[in-house]
Formats: sequence, C-alpha cells, structure tokens
Amino acid sequence: MSEEQIKNLEKQFDERIARDEKIEPKDWMPEKYRKTHIRQMSQHAHSEIIGMLPEGNWITRAPSLRRKVALLAKVQDEAGHGLYLYSATETLGISRDELYEQLHTGKAKYSSIFNYPTLTWADMGAIGWLVDGAAIINQVPLCNTSYGPYARAMIRVCKEESFHQRQGYEIMIKLANGTPEQKEMAQDALNRWWWPSLMMLGPTDDKSVHTAQSMKWKLKRKTNDELRQQFIDQTVPQADLIGLTVPDPDLKWNEERQSYDFGAIDWDEFWQVVKGHGPMNKERMKARVGAWERGEWVRDAAMAHAKKKQERKEKQAV
Amino acid sequence: MKNENLYNYILGIADNSLILGQRMGELCGHGPNLETDIACTNISLDLFGQVRSYFQYAAKIAGDERSEDDIAMLRKEREYKNVLLVEQPNTNFAYTLGRQFLFDVYHLAFLKELQKSTDLTLSAIANKCVKEVSYHERFSSDWIKRLGDGTEESNAKMQEAINDLWTYTDELFHQTNADKAMLAEGIGVDVTKLKEDYYNRVNAVLEVATLNTPESKWFQKGGKEGIHTEHLGYLLSDLQYMQRTYPNMEW
Repeated sequence: MSEEQIKNLEKQFDERIARDEKIEPKDWMPEKYRKTHIRQMSQHAHSEIIGMLPEGNWITRAPSLRRKVALLAKVQDEAGHGLYLYSATETLGISRDELYEQLHTGKAKYSSIFNYPTLTWADMGAIGWLVDGAAIINQVPLCNTSYGPYARAMIRVCKEESFHQRQGYEIMIKLANGTPEQKEMAQDALNRWWWPSLMMLGPTDDKSVHTAQSMKWKLKRKTNDELRQQFIDQTVPQADLIGLTVPDPDLKWNEERQSYDFGAIDWDEFWQVVKGHGPMNKERMKARVGAWERGEWVRDAAMAHAKKKQERKEKQAV
Repeated sequence: MKNENLYNYILGIADNSLILGQRMGELCGHGPNLETDIACTNISLDLFGQVRSYFQYAAKIAGDERSEDDIAMLRKEREYKNVLLVEQPNTNFAYTLGRQFLFDVYHLAFLKELQKSTDLTLSAIANKCVKEVSYHERFSSDWIKRLGDGTEESNAKMQEAINDLWTYTDELFHQTNADKAMLAEGIGVDVTKLKEDYYNRVNAVLEVATLNTPESKWFQKGGKEGIHTEHLGYLLSDLQYMQRTYPNMEW
C-alpha cells in the first residue's frame, strides 16, 4: 500500500471514530491503534486475574457463610471478566498464550493496587468499596470506547463491578456499625487502601504518556486527574456517612470548585510499586506463574486427549 | 433437643459439602487454566449454597440461638461428621479431581434418593442440589477420562491419586445411628444400597479413562463419627479463624 493510500485510510478511520462508529475486528485499523488496544485490554485482563489473588486469600477465612458465598461469587466474576477480556483482546490477532507469556515474564503490567497485601477481613470491604469503586470510574467511559469488542465487554464488566462496589461498601457499613474492634478494623483498612486507590487512577496528567492519543480514540474520555477528583468527591461523603475518616489531613471541601482539595500523593511509592518493588509484587507473580507451571501437565493432557479422541473418530469414520 | 437424630442426620449430609467446598475454595485463582479455575470455584459456590440450606434447616430444628454460622464454624473438630474423603488435601490437580469424582458419584446417587424423603424440606433441598451435582459429576468424570487418557504423565498422576483416595471410598456407605433412625422414619437414605451402583459407575469411568481399579480392600473410616485425618484440623483453623478470634459479632 502506498503512503498516500495509508494516509487516506487513516483519515477515514479517524472520521469513523469521530462519528462514534464502532471499529470491529475485521475492519482496517492503524497498527498503533491495534497495539495500544492490545496493551490496554490485556493489562485490564491481567489485572482481573492477578486481582483474584488478594481476595481469594480470604475465601477460606470469610467470617460467615453468607460472606463466603458472596466473596466466592465475586472472585469468580473477576475470573469471568478476565476470560472475556482475553477473548476480546484475541480479536486483535494475539493469542491468550502470548498474553500470558507477557504477564509471566513481566513484560505486561497489571494494576499496581494488587501488589498490596490483604491483612484483615475489612480489606475485603475496602477493596470492593474503593478499588472496585475506582475501577468503575475508570471503566464506565469505556463502555463507549471505539473498539467494539472492548466496549461490549465493558458493559458487562461495569454492571458486575458496580454490584461488587456496593457489596464492599456494605461490608464496611456492617463493620463501622459493629463493635469498637470491628470499627477499628474498618478504619485501618481505609487507612491502608485510600492512597493506593487514588494512585490507581494513574499518574498526574503532566506525567501520563498515553493520554492525548487515548482521548482521540475514546480509550479515555477524561484525564487521570479528572477521574481522581471524581473518585474523591464521590467517596468522601460515603466515608463520612459511616463514620470513617479519610486518612488525609489536607482534605477540605472547596466551596468555589464544588470539590474536595486533597493532600499530596506519594508518587515515589507509586513508581516503586509499578517498577516491581511493592510489598507483594514478587509473591503475586510467583503465585501466578506457579499455578501456570503446575497446571502444564493438565493442559498437555487435555490437548493430548482431544487429539486422540479426534483420531479415534476419524478412524471410525474410515 | 427434640429431634436430635434429624439434626445429626442433616449435619452428616451438610458437613461433606462444607468441607469439600472449603477445599475447592482454596484453589480459587490457582487453577491450571482460567476455565477450570472458574469451574472449581463454581463447584465450591454450589456446595456452600447447599450448606446454607441444610444448616438453616438444622438451626431451625435445634430451636435455640444457634445460627447457620455457629453450626458451620463453632464446633470442635470431633463434632464434624464429614467423610474422610472430602477433607483430603489438594495435593495436585489429579487429587483434587479424583476426590471430586469419587465424591460426586456418591453424592448424585445419594441426592436422587433424598428427593424421595418424606421430610419435605430435605426433599426440596435435594431437588435443588441434584441439578448442581449432576453437573459436578459430569465435570469431574470428564476430567478423569481426560487425564487418564491424556499423556503418560497425566495417566500416572491420575492413577496415583485414585489409588491413594480409594481407601476412603468405603466409608461413604457406612450407616451412622442417625442414618438408621432416619431410615426407619422414611426420612433418610439407605446408603448401603448405593454401594454396588457406585462402584459400577466408578469402574466404568476408570475403564474409559484407561485407569485401573485399585484392588486394595483396606479401607479407612471414622469421619462420620468425628475421627478425622490430621488434615481436618488445619482446614478448620482457617474456616473458624474469624468466628474464634472475634466471637459474638455480626459480619
């Protein structure tokens, strides 16, 4: 294809996106669009899968049968999200094995928040309330993103995430209204998860490398700082309502902006975790890679059995 | 308690689901691939759902302050009535699936009989569970065939698991005092009558899977009477951790 032809295709492509048309797997797309989507969608899928670990931790120790069932269902939802996000990513011409390979070798990233440990039951509440809460703020705009399979996957993901968020908040309500020990557990969880949740919405706009292009492709509809502000404005009243204190001494309602002002985020900590040196980075990868390696003989057996079955069928047909 | 036999009978059924559900729950996020991970979590979820129905009913029969969670999480080790099979650890995926399969075949046959119980609550629970457990049985027997037939390595691993777990199968057909009392009242199932079909079904699957039926006639028992393997204590310390550490609180 000549350079001019490509330019022409790119122009038509940009116009389609501007008209809010969906791009489908078989449509022509610029190489950079394909690569950016593989990166972001797989990162999202990996986050779902790694995200199963900190919560999966508490399945055997959940305090009641009702909570155990709800937590199992939640973690199972996350596995489901992983599954259809991987499938959606595969429509861009990359296999699930390749995507796993990128995760297991550390080439692909996942949400840094999952590199923090889950130490008490209240962390199940805090994760649902804050982490899923922040995820929703990030993800709702993606229901209208330009790539069809991603947009459709996100509609389902968001419905379930919003349920998870309510479920997490409900755990916190129960703790906050419980005994002093339970309330202390809830406050401690909020203290530990608040700042990582703010970081989850990404580096500040001046440090974010992908924002401009992603806005153009509707992979992003708001900047990181806008999303963070939205999250804070939405969450602080929820904490107030149940008598928990957001661990930020500089947090103050700004009448003029009709928003909260908030304290400085420790970005050194953020980059430390992103670069692989958070409290649980090594353990999470070890658990993930370990499960994959321990499962190799199972996957091999399933393939071998399917092949033998097919051969027996063909033999019979002859 | 007025109806102690019925209470104990329900616990005898439900504890199997409780302990097996707990074992399957341990695997969440650690399966050999995403699809099997989801399936194992799903089995765990079904089993805990069943546990809730049984224990809510048991709590009603007990008629005191006891809740489903008290029954599930605040008994002493010797008071759990599950069979030894279900408490065996997730040594590897072959053991997990072997345990599941050897239990599912029994569980399905048991529930089909329990559907005929004159106790309407138990028969209603059985009606609901039988659908779920039919799926479990299909899932686990398919995997036994897959792993038995798959590769040399998977065949050896699956055979080893079946050989090791075999010793726990006979206990499934032992009758407790509560079993006998409930059978006499038309409420309970005669588990001794399930034995022949059980081994026929298990052997048929093992044969398709190119696995050998173990010849050993040495069997372990005791779970139904609360005498467990050493594995159960560790499982219970996880299961009971919150209720023991923070007593008398609501969650």
